[in-house]
Amino acid sequence: MNKRKIYINTMRGLMFICTALTALLVLFLFSYVLLKGLPNITWELLSTKPSYLQNRIGILPDILNTIYIVIATLVVVLPLGVGAAIYLNEYAQNKKVVELIEYAAETLSGIPSIIYGLVGMLLFSNNFGTSILAGALTLVIMNLPTIMRTTQESLKTVPQSYREGAFGLGAGKWRVIRTVVIPGCIDGVVTGCILAIGRIIGESAALLFTAGFAHAINGFFTGLTSPGATLTVALYVYAKEEGEFAVAFAIAAILMVLTLLINLSTTLVGKFFAKRRNI
Amino acid sequence: MRKNKIFEDIVHGIFLILGLITVGCVLLITVYLIISGLPAIREIGLINFLFGKEWASTAAEPKFGILPFILSSIYGTAGAIVIGVPIGFFTAVYLSKVASKKVRTTLETAINLLAGIPSVVYGLVGMIILVPAIRHIFKVPDGSSLLAAIIVLSIMILPNIIKVSITALDAVPIEYEDASLALGATPIETYFRVSVPAAKSGIAAAVVLGVGRAIGEAMAVMMVAGNVANMPSLFQSVRFLTTAVSSEMAYSSPGSLQRNALFSIALVLYMFIMLINVVLNFFLKREKEK
Repeated sequence: MNKRKIYINTMRGLMFICTALTALLVLFLFSYVLLKGLPNITWELLSTKPSYLQNRIGILPDILNTIYIVIATLVVVLPLGVGAAIYLNEYAQNKKVVELIEYAAETLSGIPSIIYGLVGMLLFSNNFGTSILAGALTLVIMNLPTIMRTTQESLKTVPQSYREGAFGLGAGKWRVIRTVVIPGCIDGVVTGCILAIGRIIGESAALLFTAGFAHAINGFFTGLTSPGATLTVALYVYAKEEGEFAVAFAIAAILMVLTLLINLSTTLVGKFFAKRRNI
Repeated sequence: MRKNKIFEDIVHGIFLILGLITVGCVLLITVYLIISGLPAIREIGLINFLFGKEWASTAAEPKFGILPFILSSIYGTAGAIVIGVPIGFFTAVYLSKVASKKVRTTLETAINLLAGIPSVVYGLVGMIILVPAIRHIFKVPDGSSLLAAIIVLSIMILPNIIKVSITALDAVPIEYEDASLALGATPIETYFRVSVPAAKSGIAAAVVLGVGRAIGEAMAVMMVAGNVANMPSLFQSVRFLTTAVSSEMAYSSPGSLQRNALFSIALVLYMFIMLINVVLNFFLKREKEK
């Protein structure tokens, strides 16, 4: 009897301790980074580029590069990922092919980003130079499984009767997909986009050798073809190579806030579409 | 009618190609890594490469032995699992079985946040807090060490372990638990002696996923582990397979044996990941078949 009690109490204690530890860890990480980083964020930091002459560091180029890379990646990965999901859910008849594609997607999501970086360097940077575009194309491969998975999940929730209704009215397969299936899976596409944005913003190892380290301010199209550091790569360079910890923490705080916003919007988007579906 | 059929076939073909892109990407990555990884292995010799204890790529008489990297990666991952899995496991059981709905939602949000933090931020915090703390507490000359990497990795794999374990624990049929409770077991005994064994393949999958994430992490490790090619020891600076690739890539010249050897390291890392994938799929399949 006593032994039983000890067992129960130990297990209960361990559960409480571990859960508390996890919660405190998150709380600590967030408050520490925000407290150390937010005071260092100044308008000058956000609105200028680094200059050795004036002994000043600005992260505007890195912010712009991050935005460019997000846009470029999404533009390419969305049609690919959504198309792949539509193929799997609407066209594929052969079970073997479906299994093969799903296995490939799973494999892709397990490959570490440093390997993506290497392959991206060989495939893209060696062909058209270290550039934001090369980085974006590398990230396309990385994010393909994410978009595919979320789209597929929401395709499964489009009622079969909608498709049958459209077929019954004499629509061809493509027309059914265009008018019934794609509008029905928009929630999955949006969720996938948000998740992909989060991953792109947080990615660094895959970009080191594909997108490079430059801090120049460019317009979108020149930006695409020239090298540039994103926020995460800039953080790494400032912290590890240059010892500018104040700037590094400022960037870290920005990244934390973005992480918060992205998580918040995933939840909100989920709720929004769930509500719309129920009406 | 004919024209319509041709149009539909073309659309079908386009979607087929889009569907096969993932397969193409996997093939492309595999082929590229093998092609660029093999020359150096052939030149150095497989045994010398994998089991050589010394890495001196820029010395007058260069040595390319990656045993220190392989062992550092394995020890680092094992350490992260030893610390991270118990914490993640107990948290998952608590959240899945004991916690009230409010606590669960709050903590799940927190865990999602933890999963979303970029790895360079983990690296930065590790550099500023963990490394000096290790130097202080253990009185070692430099805190950048295997231990620092292990602690950072164990935090980074927590969200994966917790989330996958919760999914597995939630899927345990309520009848199992009811039966156990009806036989006189207390709730806690039921959770650990009935629910956990029933969810064991899912929890195993969570662990394997954690292994994959830990062995593949580059940036955070690079920032806290010091990057010296030592044989692994807890308080010494070490280099993982991932960081071995990234730390020398910037200054190795294309076509040199040094750069080719870096590709070979990536190939070895890729093999590890593929092995982990096979194990992961085994557990996921078993979980599904239940």
